[in-house]
Amino acid sequence: MKIIIVGSGKVGQKLAQEFGAEKDIDVTVIDINPATVSDTVGQYDVMGVVGSGTNIDILNEADISGADLLIAVTGSDEINLMSCLLAKKLGNCQTIARIRKPEYAKSVNVFKDDLGLAMIINPEQAAAREIARVLRLPSAIQIDTFAKGRVEILKFRVPEGCVLHDLKVMDIVSKLNCDVLVCGVERADEAFIPGGHFVLKEGDLVSIVSSIQNCSQFFKKIGIKTSRVKDTMIVGGGSTAYYLAVQLIQSGIDVKIIDKDQKRCDELCQLLPKATIIHGDGADNWLLLEEGIDHAQSFVSLTNIDEVNVLMSLYAKSRMQGGKIVTKIDRIAYDEIISGLDLDTTVYPKDITAEYIIKFIRAMKNTIGSNVETMHMILDNKAEALEFRINDNSPVTGISIDKLSLKKNILIACINRNGSIIIPRGRDVIQKGDTVVIVTTHKGFEDINDILEKA
Amino acid sequence: MNYRMIGYTLGWVLNIEAICLMLSAVTALVYGEIFYLKYIALCIGACVVFGVALTHRAPKNKAMYAKEGFVTVALSWIVISIFGALPFFLSGAIPDFIDAFFETVSGFTTTGASILRDVEALPKCLIFWRSFTHFIGGMGVLVFLVALLPLSGGSNLYLIKAESPGPSVSKIVPKVRQTAKIFYGIYISLTLLQVILLLLGGMDLFEALTLSFGTAGTGGFSILNSGISTYSPYVQWVITIFMVIFGVDFSLYYLILTRRVKDAMRSEEFRAYMLIIISAVAVIVLNCRHLFAGLGEALRHSAFQVASIMTTTGYATTDFDLWPQLSKTILVVLMFIGACAGSTGGGIKVSRILIMLKSIGREIKVAAHPKATAKITMNSRLVEHETVRSVNVYIGIMSIIFFSSLLVVSIDNMDFTTNFTAVAATINNIGPGFAGVGPTRNFADYSMLSKIVFSINMLIGRLEIYPMLLLLVPRTWKR
Repeated sequence: MKIIIVGSGKVGQKLAQEFGAEKDIDVTVIDINPATVSDTVGQYDVMGVVGSGTNIDILNEADISGADLLIAVTGSDEINLMSCLLAKKLGNCQTIARIRKPEYAKSVNVFKDDLGLAMIINPEQAAAREIARVLRLPSAIQIDTFAKGRVEILKFRVPEGCVLHDLKVMDIVSKLNCDVLVCGVERADEAFIPGGHFVLKEGDLVSIVSSIQNCSQFFKKIGIKTSRVKDTMIVGGGSTAYYLAVQLIQSGIDVKIIDKDQKRCDELCQLLPKATIIHGDGADNWLLLEEGIDHAQSFVSLTNIDEVNVLMSLYAKSRMQGGKIVTKIDRIAYDEIISGLDLDTTVYPKDITAEYIIKFIRAMKNTIGSNVETMHMILDNKAEALEFRINDNSPVTGISIDKLSLKKNILIACINRNGSIIIPRGRDVIQKGDTVVIVTTHKGFEDINDILEKA
Repeated sequence: MNYRMIGYTLGWVLNIEAICLMLSAVTALVYGEIFYLKYIALCIGACVVFGVALTHRAPKNKAMYAKEGFVTVALSWIVISIFGALPFFLSGAIPDFIDAFFETVSGFTTTGASILRDVEALPKCLIFWRSFTHFIGGMGVLVFLVALLPLSGGSNLYLIKAESPGPSVSKIVPKVRQTAKIFYGIYISLTLLQVILLLLGGMDLFEALTLSFGTAGTGGFSILNSGISTYSPYVQWVITIFMVIFGVDFSLYYLILTRRVKDAMRSEEFRAYMLIIISAVAVIVLNCRHLFAGLGEALRHSAFQVASIMTTTGYATTDFDLWPQLSKTILVVLMFIGACAGSTGGGIKVSRILIMLKSIGREIKVAAHPKATAKITMNSRLVEHETVRSVNVYIGIMSIIFFSSLLVVSIDNMDFTTNFTAVAATINNIGPGFAGVGPTRNFADYSMLSKIVFSINMLIGRLEIYPMLLLLVPRTWKR
């Protein structure tokens, strides 16, 4: 697989590091700045080309015609889009673009196919999603979404004295009256795809499949405090704050945003009618006290200055009574020092961006030439969750699931039928037009029929 | 400084040397040279003992930075030369260790300068080893190591950078290891091609192999006292063409392999290289045609000699010391220009000369138009200021080292031509010079001190100064 990365900033370098170390991925980095290119080439096993990613000669020098994927992560949306367009025209490869401006994100959908855009990544939105997850479901360790976000695979640890302890997997539904499916269990260093007779224990890392509504109900029943916060105070009203507020308001969390800039406050006021917008300096203790920091359930610092974010969060920590605190840090270099501070959760937008892209490409690499729609590595990378679309009638359709002769260590985790989610039980039937999520420890499935035992 | 990692890499270099010595042991077996076989086996044992001791545990911290890269390369070359000299020294073929060291350094650095008065007296296995050092040194032992071993990530580039000649070393494919493999692939294939062509000319395998090793590495150790002069014109032409081939930037061959012939032909360095060779041959043919029976013979000898000196090989088909002054002076100039960057040849390198000439041109322009903005381009690409600066400094340091060496060597009270060309021939990795070190003579008459100076010059020339210089700077060794 050949990847071209346009822009060797923090995200570009992180990608170069990740994929440069991979044996079968050839990476070429393009950047206009000779110094960062020589840095990147010196540190990671990649090739460097100095020049603009919008210059045909430079792209040709990077062998665009042989490339499978171009990732445009320069600081400028326009350059990113332009590079993707050129890449599509010159090399007919897939592209990934980092696009910041919300208005572009929408317009790009109009010509997404013309650009060969496989993915658009918005660092602010990605960071907001990550923060929202922390505030919504603090106990879950990892969340992957399928069926366009309607289904989640959540991972959590079974706490001591939980009802799940010593419970057989097949009894969960009857006992808790809750429609979730256990699709994987990690115990010590081993990963299992449990059958109905598998007994859960304390301390297991359990992955479940469920729709979003069901999962909070499930957590309540097994006595895990999801402790979803009821309100949040956000300092810094940039686009991350906006995206975050939208998501939090949707899930019914009260949002208060503090920003220094009157103009921005006015804008936010219009954009987020349900949020409380405060015009003031978040670094001002008095303002925070006045706005009730003492009783806030969560506090998110999102200004553009890392130092200010860290100090505000430390202050909030000293005033709040056990609420959630999230701090955004832009500069990755000092992460070791920052992780030594008593800050609950720190979020690195650049790291998150790079990780999103990495995850996407890994899945893409594994699904080349197959019918897999999405793929996630789960259970500590020991198993895959694959989403297949059933386009035609096949040996798996029209038969109830308990009659299918499946290979070992395979679980049909979820069926998405025209947008309604079915957590399948033995009687359910896969139909043409469904998308199906399969969890398996086998690697390299390319087609839904691969799940069947060969006759 | 990551001393553990440097030691670990040195260990692997010794292991590789042990494997290379085994080829020489096979030669000894084939020719029944049992007396020498045990000494070679002893040397293999020594390499393996030190090699395995250093490599049995991989260091946790595999980080290598520019400094480690330079130091590793310089130390590796010194260590392989010391161990490589052992077969000559222990077996008594070259009784003095300094002489044996000189001969081995001359081999690895692909210089081809010899202290042996009678090459033919050496046993076959040692002649083979002597020629094989050219082959190892030509493309570089660390490039081979990188191709072979999955060491650590991208920082291997520093090893290749420190070992490969040229003002700006870059990769031809994204992976360092792949780059090293491609270079070695091209190198070995071209060498095999030459061996086959020489075999077709009626040579026996041993001769074909040793002479091809000498050509491929642009080394120049011959296996007969008469050099190349007694071989057929066919053989001489084959060697001429292959010397020229091995003096070209190897990445051009990769471009040709990937069907980018146009890009390859557009290389300014390659064009200049060919232009210099052709014009030098033309002038020399005109200048000394009276020495030869016919124009064909004059052309053959001049082409051979120009190719041999320009690519810094150092083979000789005729005693060019007897040529007229103009021809001899042209050869001395060619000594300094050298081959292309990224080839196996030595010298200052055509691309450095080009950059220097261009920056002189720029200076003149700026002198006339003080406010002019003038940039240097190569292959219609801007040459970074850093590169220009390093080229100019390189040529500066080279001259300082050249004249200091000349000063030390003149203690031996040889004539000026001898001293001057001896230093030029070693620092540019050529081999023979003129007068006392001419093609029919050798370095045996120099004192031990001079031989040590020459050995250092050869290493400095092959590794392009900085790795060797860094070894001498105390600051390098601080943690």
